[in-house]
Amino acid sequence: MKAFLEQLAAKYQHNATNLLAILRAVQARFHYIPEAAITTLADLLSIPRTQILAVAEFYSFFHLTPKGQYEVFISDSITDHMLGKHELMAYLSERLQVAVGEVRADGLVSLDNTSCTGLCDQGPAGLVNGLALTNLDKARIDLIAELINQQKPLSEWPKHLFAVNDNIQQTGLLLASAITPGQGLTTTFTRGITQTLAEIDLSGLRGRGGAGFKTALKWRFCSEEPETERYVVCNADEGEPGTFKDRVLLNSYAEQVFEGMTIAAAIIGAKQGFLYLRGEYLFLYEKLLALLEQRRQAGLLGQNILGQGITFDIEICLGAGAYICGEESALIESLEGKMGIPRNRPPYPVSSGYLGKPTIVNNVETYLAAAAIAVNGGAWFANLGTEKSKGTKILSISGDCKRPGIYEVPFGITVQAVLDLCGADDVFGVQIGGPSGMFISNQELHRKLAFEDLATGGSFIIFDNSRELLAIVKNFTHFFAHESCGFCTPCRVGTSLLQKQLDKIVDGHGSAGDVVALEELCRLIKQYSHCGLGQTAANPILTTLERYPEIYQAQLKQISYEPGFDLDAALATARRLANRDDAGAHLAQIGEEHD
Amino acid sequence: MANKIKVATTSLAGCFGCHMSFLDIDERLVTLVEHVQFDRSPLTDIEHCSSDCDIGLIEGGVCNSENVHTLREFRKQCKILVAVGACAINGGLPAMRNFIPLEECLAEAYLHGIGVENAHVPNDEELPLLLDKVRPIHEVVKIDYFLPGCPPSADVFWKFLTDLLAGSQPKLDYELVHFD
Amino acid sequence: MTKTLTIDGKTIPFQDGQTIIEAATAAGVYIPHLCHHPEFTPHGSCKLCSVKVNGRVCSACTFPAAEGQDVINNSQELNDDRQKITQMLFVEGNHFCPSCEKTGNCQLQAVAYHLNMLDDHFPLFFHNRNVDASHSDVLIDHNRCIFCTLCVRASIEQDGKNVFAIAGRGINKHLAVNSATGLLKDSDLDKNDKAAHICPTGAILIKRTGYQVPIGQRLYDHQEIDAVSLAHETEQRHGE
Ligand SMILES: Cc1cc2nc3c(=O)[nH]c(=O)nc-3n(C[C@H](O)[C@H](O)[C@H](O)COP(=O)(O)O)c2cc1C
Ligand code: SF4
Ligand code: SF4
Ligand code: SF4
Ligand code: FES
Repeated sequence: MKAFLEQLAAKYQHNATNLLAILRAVQARFHYIPEAAITTLADLLSIPRTQILAVAEFYSFFHLTPKGQYEVFISDSITDHMLGKHELMAYLSERLQVAVGEVRADGLVSLDNTSCTGLCDQGPAGLVNGLALTNLDKARIDLIAELINQQKPLSEWPKHLFAVNDNIQQTGLLLASAITPGQGLTTTFTRGITQTLAEIDLSGLRGRGGAGFKTALKWRFCSEEPETERYVVCNADEGEPGTFKDRVLLNSYAEQVFEGMTIAAAIIGAKQGFLYLRGEYLFLYEKLLALLEQRRQAGLLGQNILGQGITFDIEICLGAGAYICGEESALIESLEGKMGIPRNRPPYPVSSGYLGKPTIVNNVETYLAAAAIAVNGGAWFANLGTEKSKGTKILSISGDCKRPGIYEVPFGITVQAVLDLCGADDVFGVQIGGPSGMFISNQELHRKLAFEDLATGGSFIIFDNSRELLAIVKNFTHFFAHESCGFCTPCRVGTSLLQKQLDKIVDGHGSAGDVVALEELCRLIKQYSHCGLGQTAANPILTTLERYPEIYQAQLKQISYEPGFDLDAALATARRLANRDDAGAHLAQIGEEHD
Repeated sequence: MANKIKVATTSLAGCFGCHMSFLDIDERLVTLVEHVQFDRSPLTDIEHCSSDCDIGLIEGGVCNSENVHTLREFRKQCKILVAVGACAINGGLPAMRNFIPLEECLAEAYLHGIGVENAHVPNDEELPLLLDKVRPIHEVVKIDYFLPGCPPSADVFWKFLTDLLAGSQPKLDYELVHFD
Repeated sequence: MTKTLTIDGKTIPFQDGQTIIEAATAAGVYIPHLCHHPEFTPHGSCKLCSVKVNGRVCSACTFPAAEGQDVINNSQELNDDRQKITQMLFVEGNHFCPSCEKTGNCQLQAVAYHLNMLDDHFPLFFHNRNVDASHSDVLIDHNRCIFCTLCVRASIEQDGKNVFAIAGRGINKHLAVNSATGLLKDSDLDKNDKAAHICPTGAILIKRTGYQVPIGQRLYDHQEIDAVSLAHETEQRHGE
């Protein structure tokens, strides 16, 4: 192990900012992060062992106890559930002879849930040793179980198991034709860097990651910082359940994304860029590396780009399973080899980001659009869309519709128009912008996708009338409790309390005061949490409670109070040990005063 | 006096310390009983609450099935139910067993412990069964007021009851709020 | 001209670079806090110090003071919510004050008293957490840790060591000790380190000092935390 770790540390220049990459390699090799590896790495990287321990415990894809040689995860997104995930998981567990959350006794295979893997249009989905599995059904599971039991290396598994489709259903301004490699840079240099920033300003482009900050403004702020060592970061963490458009952009339009980053680097004066790629998209990694190399060969990256005396390169950093790392300052912490904990603001990344240096963090789609704007000009983009939301938005559509996949639509389009495009009818409601966004009912389909009305990072999940609202809300609420980084009290404790409180109601143990208590918790978490995760974690409950109070009320018992835990079950151990089952050995969940 | 306030008290998984502290109001008891009549309570040996109790004071957390029944009776019969002391409020000392699986607790006490003879877990139907965890009482029934302390001082009882008797919202000043 | 902001209507001067809580404390205004300590880098995790700045909720311990800010601090609404946040800390850990040596000297408890917290309000977690009694002079009771990182910061910033860290994610967060065994005895903590004395709760205790001051005569038994905290600040300033 020692030699392996020494080589690994050398490969990463003994630099602790590469801790995630190093631990990914350790996990892949040993299927866990052994105690001894922590000790050795602490030495090799000259960091306290607690930093390694903290990182290993923080990210879902690192483990301190051995996992199977085949680590299997099944995506727990609501869309996977809608496609039959629950039954499939049970079937897989039976076929593999391993319980969910466990490692099989022979150590060959382990099975667990994981948060949305970004394959909602081709689920149920999963991961085996980090590689995406799509369109799971019983036949595929039989095959997978067989391959694992035969201990077939992944390289020998049939390719169709790993096939990931783009499913681009509708193209527009951006997707209809990609720019040719170098075109954006050439135009930028010809037009002039300042003028190109002016074009991006004119285009009205706002960040596509959800918050919608004006891109030109962010880049200008960064370029005006006194510190001249600056960084460009592309946020490809895409962890919001129901979002998968960045995956497609990086699969089929990556050159244009890299070009957008390079233009940004020219504008802000950065020499180094990072693509923070979520661990779930490991299958894209080699391909993207090859593309980067290709661009270097073509003089579009590296020293003296296109002979303009500009130096810029891009490194790809893989995440390791943490939704919070999509938050820009947590992402930067992660890039620095630490736990993904959002920083205090101010200072903002534009003035103090990676290694404390000015840094711009933008979404994949933002860079894609910026590159196209550099070529076609600001007016070209601003022609489409609404007053405050210019251009087009790329949507990831999943759930109950005939044609799930990627749609590029002009901003300002109504929800109904989108539903018509993808073939959705009998709609009950739509989750706009993912769990952190808003649930809208079928009475609001006239509403518009735009920062003025329904802001969205692109997640669009459709639910028809056969779906149970509370099951959806429960899935989302559990997601946030699982993904809370734990830094601040209201979110760390609050999301766990919220999960308990919602479950109590959904499971039928709620009484009148319980919805009030639920709302109070929602308010506390929303109002006092440190970052966007906590501030939006209660949205699934808040936006549905506002629209369907009767669905919540129908769950409640007409009593003043019921315990939040199962009283009779709490006696089970004592009953078993005393070998009793008489009436006195049981408790009713609610007192007789309610008979 | 017909319009005396009816007060019931009990100790669940507690040590009677809160009751002792209550009695520490000493001579003020005399004033109190002018306005108060004790119903079910260790102080009276009345076994069940009358149906029209005004105030129920509960000491101790919920550790077994009998505690649940008693607590429910109090909730049903008392207009105002008060959690008295650390154990009622957060399980207190008895809740420290929550970190040991019940199975181990019982095995240690009745099966493998030092000096155990005729090893078996008691199974008499008269005996209440233990819950897997000791719970604060607000997790089992709705509670109207909380008097923290281990035990709450006599002054806390006095302030609380005199406030209530005076018809005002009980308010514990800084010096009266203690968790120890 | 000195710059000013207002807190609950009172005009307060500040200097550039000060946080709201620093400006407030210097002016004798108490803002409840737990993870804040004037000697260490701000952290901003407990959220007890939440105030409204021009209508927006901000953490006073990290948010920079700025000219003309209208800060609301001591409102019923904020104090009610701070009480709820304190209750979250209580149910998350295992706080059995009667059996805790820190009782009466504990800032978590004192903030709870200050906010007139009488109960835990939420269901308790009862998570099983350990005690590390391995060190000859210092004890860690993880049941009482609120992840304020004061020990972490004190060890790095003042002791020049790196004894503590917070590890884990979400509700599984925990205090970790920087030693091969994870035990305190194998770390380089010394009982005279600042880190051994900084804990606002009873999570880090010095051994063999227990109950030297009887319960009833301790720091917060008769004095509220606002007064203690401000007096301490004044003392520090005069001492310099
Ligand atoms: C919990 C959380 C998760 C986020 N995840 C992502 C993400 O996966 N991708 C993304 O681009 N932005 C994400 N964001 C928003 C980023 O913080 C940031 O605003 C964005 O990357 C800025 O890029 P833009 O201006 O191009 O949108 C997330 C924010 C939060 C609070
Ligand atoms: S809100 Fe949640 S995710 Fe954000 S810092 Fe707080 S605990 Fe972490
Ligand atoms: S740390 Fe403070 S709040 Fe916790 S048990 Fe000890 S005295 Fe009570
Ligand atoms: S041990 Fe004490 S000082 Fe350290 S993080 Fe926990 S509560 Fe804070
Ligand atoms: S004191 Fe400000 S967040 Fe803790």
